[in-house]
Amino acid sequence: MKNVINVAGKDVKSQARDFLVKYGFIIVTIVLFATFFSTQSTFRLSTTFFSMLKYTSVVAITGLGVTLSMSVGGLDLSVGAVAGMAVTLSAMSMVVYNQPAIVAVAIVLAAGLVIGCVNAILIVVFKIPDLLATLASMFVIQGLKLVPVHGQSVSSGMMLTNGTTAPGKFTDGFLNIDGGSFGVIPYSVVIWFGLTILLWVFLTRTTWGRSMYAVGSNPEAALLAGVRVKWYRALAYIMSSFLASISGLILASRIGQGDISAGNSLLLDSVAVSLVGTSVLALGKPNAWGTALGAFLIGVVITGFTIAGFPYYAQDIVKGAVLLLALIFSFTLSRKKSRFIAAV
Amino acid sequence: MKSGFEIREIRKSFGSNEVLKGISFDVKPGEIVSLLGANGAGKSTLIKILSGAYSEFTGEIVIDGLPVIIGSPLQARLHGIETVHQKINEGIVEGLTVAENLLFDRIGTGEIPTFISPSGMVKRSKELLKELELDWEETVLRDDVFNLGIADQQLLLLSRGLSHKPSLLVLDEPTSALSGSEISRLFKIIQKLRQDGVAILYVSHRLGEIDELADRIVVLRDGVIQAIQNRPFQWKAALHEMLGDESATEIENREELVGDEVALKVTGAQVFPSSKPWNLEIRKGEVTGVIGLLGAGKSEFAKSIFGASHIQSGTFELKGKEFKPESPRESIKAGIFFISENRAKEGIFDGWNIAQTNSLPFLKKLSKWNFINFSAERLLADEMIKKVRVLAQSQSAIVDSLSGGNQQKVMVGRWLMHKAKLLILDEPFRGVDIGARREIARQIRALVQEDCAALIFSSDIDEILESCDRILVLVDGELRFDKYLSKTSRDEIIEKMSEVA
Repeated sequence: MKNVINVAGKDVKSQARDFLVKYGFIIVTIVLFATFFSTQSTFRLSTTFFSMLKYTSVVAITGLGVTLSMSVGGLDLSVGAVAGMAVTLSAMSMVVYNQPAIVAVAIVLAAGLVIGCVNAILIVVFKIPDLLATLASMFVIQGLKLVPVHGQSVSSGMMLTNGTTAPGKFTDGFLNIDGGSFGVIPYSVVIWFGLTILLWVFLTRTTWGRSMYAVGSNPEAALLAGVRVKWYRALAYIMSSFLASISGLILASRIGQGDISAGNSLLLDSVAVSLVGTSVLALGKPNAWGTALGAFLIGVVITGFTIAGFPYYAQDIVKGAVLLLALIFSFTLSRKKSRFIAAV
Repeated sequence: MKSGFEIREIRKSFGSNEVLKGISFDVKPGEIVSLLGANGAGKSTLIKILSGAYSEFTGEIVIDGLPVIIGSPLQARLHGIETVHQKINEGIVEGLTVAENLLFDRIGTGEIPTFISPSGMVKRSKELLKELELDWEETVLRDDVFNLGIADQQLLLLSRGLSHKPSLLVLDEPTSALSGSEISRLFKIIQKLRQDGVAILYVSHRLGEIDELADRIVVLRDGVIQAIQNRPFQWKAALHEMLGDESATEIENREELVGDEVALKVTGAQVFPSSKPWNLEIRKGEVTGVIGLLGAGKSEFAKSIFGASHIQSGTFELKGKEFKPESPRESIKAGIFFISENRAKEGIFDGWNIAQTNSLPFLKKLSKWNFINFSAERLLADEMIKKVRVLAQSQSAIVDSLSGGNQQKVMVGRWLMHKAKLLILDEPFRGVDIGARREIARQIRALVQEDCAALIFSSDIDEILESCDRILVLVDGELRFDKYLSKTSRDEIIEKMSEVA
């Protein structure tokens, strides 16, 4: 045998590589955070920190949904549209129909579930590939939400088509979802962390999560082991839409009006954070804390750059660079091949 | 001068593994030579060399007395070697019309102009088909190739190959997807080609077809030609040569188990469109072995019991009640477990450890309120590792990183930890060393003594002899033989396998 494998001492180079693949992303996050922390006084303020987290929560929660769809080997492209629809729906119910916040929340969440079910049916029953099915539903949702508002953003006091003024407004309670806080911690951040923990438990501790990973890793083997492959794929898309509608509620509460363009950039941002998440700790699979960390890192960099005076368009460059870095960790440097990324 | 096709001393290695160890034979014009060999004998390697897929080998390929160099598929074609591969979708391009598919390889070579109208295409293909005396309607030629039946797609590929007027036609399992009448249609064409003086190398696992067509058979085992026979063929001898005599591996002394209670009753099982239906009772308390060559329909039948696929027709009865599994999940609930022949594609999950792989089919049992009990999961894995003697550092070892034999022990072992009524194992010993093979067989024999039936499918006669009590022979999807081991012999089994319909 020519290749003698030295089991005891893996060579230093490959050890360093393994270390980099596993902790590289966390190190990058810490280094960047420390750099901004030491160089920018504004960055050191706790209000900056929490507003950064608050800002990130919408992308992060949507990313959790994308993480679920990725865990069954797919990708949900309709999440941004669902969040955008949530904004318009909340505005409709509160401003135009003068309903209390609780009704608006219920309607939005119900709509999220319905869209999730439609996506699931398209994928599981109609057998349309995930990406294509959710691409189609993305367009339909984006258009459909504009029908009742005649293509216009909804704001309090606006003139309705029948000549009267819109009777309602975004209630204080609703605005409090994003605006309020427990002490210094904003509610939206609490929701984000709560959902991250829930999803982490769901994916790693329950039979459901285990089965979803099985479906994403090897659907044929999962089926032969008695896993209800179709059922879990459906569940992932329903949960994904539901999470997107939650982030849409936070977004609506933040904007305070039914902005029809809300959520437009959310899809790509949330896919990016989920992809970044797969490279954290070299897990090679979509996971809740990875997604949270990915969102956090992008938040840190964007906040740091913004404080440093970089223009707004630097944000996209930053997101792209972070994603690229993560992809290099998981594809170029890692020895594991991830089967969870639908587009690959 | 037409003296036909000849190969001399062909050798091919992959790394240190020599798969062809000096192969020489010839095919004369107007002759059909059949290549016979079990899995891994080197047949496909040889076909790939002839079709130009492998350019690195030693030895000579001689056509009409002249040695030729074949380094690419294109060169193979230029020298008049046409190969029709077993998998139709490797040759058919869906989404293109029938005419475009017929002329496909000519588009690549530039023989067909880059800009050509659809009617120009149809005209060219009509000319081509005319030479082959095939008469396809213009509407057919303009239709998407997807709408052709499998038999016609096969015919299309054959026509495409023949349109180059080959001196050697290689047919690799051409009938595997065809029904009886389609096969006889194909055979008529092949017979005609023989009359036209085409040299044909016919590769098939179906002895009946070879018996009908071939002028000569070449038996290959472990990269060496074991025998060359002319008509009339001695099938029994050929099968012996093909399967080898594993006299070195002594069969472990064991008592023959004879079962009583019927675990599964099979009525009217028709595996292939062209095969006849048959009945079978699988009994508890004994290990039933089903032996058949590749393509005999073993996997198809095995998976249909498990609800993972369907055969043409047939019903199953479990405890006197009809059993119609719609999914593997239902079968597992009914106590029917299945171990796939393809553990990489149908068993192993990337990056999963032994404990996770072990628990997946029975995760519900290891959880409360759907929360997985990790310590119970680890415990079960430890038990399994002990039971089937998996060589691994611990239950947290990643399954991918184990040796083939140990991977297989995990794949089998995970089903042994639970109460089965019927255990179906498809090629459980493939790629497994002798030690692991004995261990797995021993576990299965122990299991059937606890109110359970086991059904092992294999194409290796020694594996079956070593592990089973009752032996069934499947030929071309039909059950041909059913005897207990003590009432039969290796010779008789081989004879039954070689019996031509």
